[in-house]
Amino acid sequence: MSQSSNATNQASNGSNVQSERADGAERPLLEIKDLQVGFNTQDGLVKAVDGVNITLYRGQSLAIVGESGSGKSTTAHAIINLLPGTGHISGGQILLDGQDLTKASAREMQTVRGRKIGFVPQDPMSNLNPVWSIGFQVEEAIKANGIATGRKEVKKRAIEVLKQAGLGDADRRMRQFPHQFSGGMRQRVLIGMGLAANPQLLIADEPTSALDVTVQRVILDHLESLTRELGTTLLFITHDLGLAAERAEQLVVMYKGRVVESGPSVDILQNPQHPYTQRLVAAAPSLASRRIQATGSISAAESSMTEGAAAVAGDSIDLIATAEARAEALAAAPAAPPAIVVEDLTKVFKIRGSGDFTAVDKVSFQIPKGSTMALVGESGSGKSTVAKMLLKLEDATSGKIVVGGKDLASVTGKELFNLRSRMQPVFQDPYGSLNPLRNIGNTISEPLFTHKVGTSASRRERVYELLDQVSLPRTLISRYPNELSGGQRQRIAIARALALKPEIVVLDEAVSALDVLVQAQILRLLADLQAELGLTYLFITHDLAVVRVIADHVCVMQKGRIVEAATTDEVFDNPQEQYTKDLLAAIPGAGIELGA
Amino acid sequence: MAGYILRRLLQAIPVLLGTTFLIYFMVFAMPGDPIVALFGDKTPPPQVIEALRERYHLDQPFIVQYFIFLGNIFKGDLGVSFSGQPVSEILMATFPVTLRLAAMAVFFEMVAGISIGLISGLRKGGIFDASALVVSLILISLPIFVLAFVMQWFFGIYLGWFRTTVGPGAPTQDLILPAIVLATISFAQIVRLTRASVIDTDGQDFVRTAASKGLTRGRIVPVHILRNSLIPVVTYLAVDFGTLMVGATVTEGIFNVPGVGRTLYQAIIRGEGPTVVSFVTIMVLIYLVVNLLVDLLYAVLDPRIRYAK
Repeated sequence: MSQSSNATNQASNGSNVQSERADGAERPLLEIKDLQVGFNTQDGLVKAVDGVNITLYRGQSLAIVGESGSGKSTTAHAIINLLPGTGHISGGQILLDGQDLTKASAREMQTVRGRKIGFVPQDPMSNLNPVWSIGFQVEEAIKANGIATGRKEVKKRAIEVLKQAGLGDADRRMRQFPHQFSGGMRQRVLIGMGLAANPQLLIADEPTSALDVTVQRVILDHLESLTRELGTTLLFITHDLGLAAERAEQLVVMYKGRVVESGPSVDILQNPQHPYTQRLVAAAPSLASRRIQATGSISAAESSMTEGAAAVAGDSIDLIATAEARAEALAAAPAAPPAIVVEDLTKVFKIRGSGDFTAVDKVSFQIPKGSTMALVGESGSGKSTVAKMLLKLEDATSGKIVVGGKDLASVTGKELFNLRSRMQPVFQDPYGSLNPLRNIGNTISEPLFTHKVGTSASRRERVYELLDQVSLPRTLISRYPNELSGGQRQRIAIARALALKPEIVVLDEAVSALDVLVQAQILRLLADLQAELGLTYLFITHDLAVVRVIADHVCVMQKGRIVEAATTDEVFDNPQEQYTKDLLAAIPGAGIELGA
Repeated sequence: MAGYILRRLLQAIPVLLGTTFLIYFMVFAMPGDPIVALFGDKTPPPQVIEALRERYHLDQPFIVQYFIFLGNIFKGDLGVSFSGQPVSEILMATFPVTLRLAAMAVFFEMVAGISIGLISGLRKGGIFDASALVVSLILISLPIFVLAFVMQWFFGIYLGWFRTTVGPGAPTQDLILPAIVLATISFAQIVRLTRASVIDTDGQDFVRTAASKGLTRGRIVPVHILRNSLIPVVTYLAVDFGTLMVGATVTEGIFNVPGVGRTLYQAIIRGEGPTVVSFVTIMVLIYLVVNLLVDLLYAVLDPRIRYAK
């Protein structure tokens, strides 16, 4: 290893650490040397992976961490030679037990896939063929790898594999189709398929990022014990540093196609060397919330690691400081009058054939003016339905919503139109919530236009002002959404929501789709805007870690009901309900000693 | 499932009533006197004309004629053609021929269309794909009768492989050429549809997952790509069946096939109300049944679709 890239120094440090452990005698199971992966585009070859080195020994677990576009998934796909589109390996070696996979023929790769390397893909919804039964798809994997022959044997093994993956009633469910399975169940099937042929190496590409936190935890616990039991080496890919550190012994941090840092997880977390890793450590909400937890309140005696990280990261993403300021402000401020009062709010959906479904069941809460309330729950808990009713995009079946002293149920026509200008939403998907055919200026000024605010000149002025507020350059005014990154788009969506100077902003999973660093910036932006403009936020999320750094009050929802409501500190320090405790325990990074 | 089928069949009743009424009205409104036309140059005695008019209820107002016709259909009597032959007899003689022709056409367009579409989709942007695109464009732009004459000349006269017109009893071998002509109408659409569908499926995550399990390409293509890609193609078949029946009328005329299309065409020219309406009623009925079958087949291909009771 004598390449001269930036990555190499860090990477070889990492492998030195690893070879010490291996006594220098053992041959690594997987050794990636100076891997280059390129994609042919109209602008020529684009390198997605540039000089990556990874060494993984038998029985070890290693996680590749990075944000979207860092090349972590591309590296995984390169190992099993299933790169999408025009992707191809343009240099380097991938040695599996000494065999160079970059030089393997198509036929040789078929014997490697499944039998030597198992693969668990990212999205359980799209990775099972919808037209074949679960049993068929598992049996297929078993037959292809020659694990069993004869119909009965194959079926027996398939049931065994599924049971092992945690599907208790496998023999009954074999004949069912993917759409009859929940996301968590499908992921178990995919894990079962990945391990069907007892491969030496299992690559798990963000295996749980599409799942609810509590499901995520159960699945990962199972995957961990299963791979340990079978002696499978695990290569784990994730964007969540806390998750990676909790689940893998070794970490590889990737950034823009290069490895910026690698080594034992605990070392990296406690003493990150590369500036990018330091920023990641500082920004990861899961870690930040843990840190607050660990130290009680942030004091001058905060660990050197956090100080260092914060210094490098700059104040823009120091979540702990943000959370601390928030807690102090909350304690100091006199009780503000409520901006929103919700009483016994209920929503019943009629479902053909199977009667009624109560999505929201007698929900009551109040949000004091200028504060943030987080509505937390897993998918299907009814939290988004509450938001829709609050915005009057959906009518309540019964119950009362009072906004600024007015009962929403009685508000219609012109009055509703005016009320809407005081209450604005920001949605989850920054790609779906901006019209691709309208430029940024039009997008931001549309609410002003609809509500006939000002002249075209003054509206343009306001757009500039809003762009300044969300820290975007004014030149973006004539650009289109597809030219912007996810974080920039979410800033645009926030600017649009602020255009009418609303009092209330409903943030429905507004940071869930963003990379951690971007997420941290947006959270900070939201906090600043709140301080500056006195906004009231209803923050809807499934991610408790984020809640810790942004919310004053928390309502935990489960199956349409609020099961726990308290201040953020109370919920985190002294959760009353088992469900809340489960959610808290599911935040990744629980077992990590942060050295604070 | 049984409930779903029953509901679909019940829905067919108003459709049938509506179509028969429309057709009956249109035949009634056609200019010219069918009885006079029947005798050509000769002028029949007025008593004969009167007798014929009475026999075919042509002296009654339109709406009465329609209900008499409907009533007869319920009794299983489809009426008598002007030549004195019962319409049901003509139907029995012509339908099997047309069904054979249509089945052969569907077979040709499916086999050729799906295979070419599949190869094009898997080798997107290659030479095969580009040529298939050009050929299908040419076929789309050619009117069916031009294509029919070209085929008749080339295969029938120049190469002498087939007879240019269909002989008595319509032997299957004689039907090959008209079936191919009939198949070309939808062939290009099926190629395009299959190609697009295959490209789409090939990019799906589950195809990559199938490969990651260690499956060979030889298994992935039929099991995970083709099967999923067929779903939209099968849906298209139902719509296509109507096109096929229209095409049959022209093709049967050109190749002199003694089938439904040719008989219907002649009946329309002669203004034979009962024959036209009976034939069209049967065609509509078949069209509805085919659509129902395709919808059921759709559910077989795609397990996510289950029809509510």
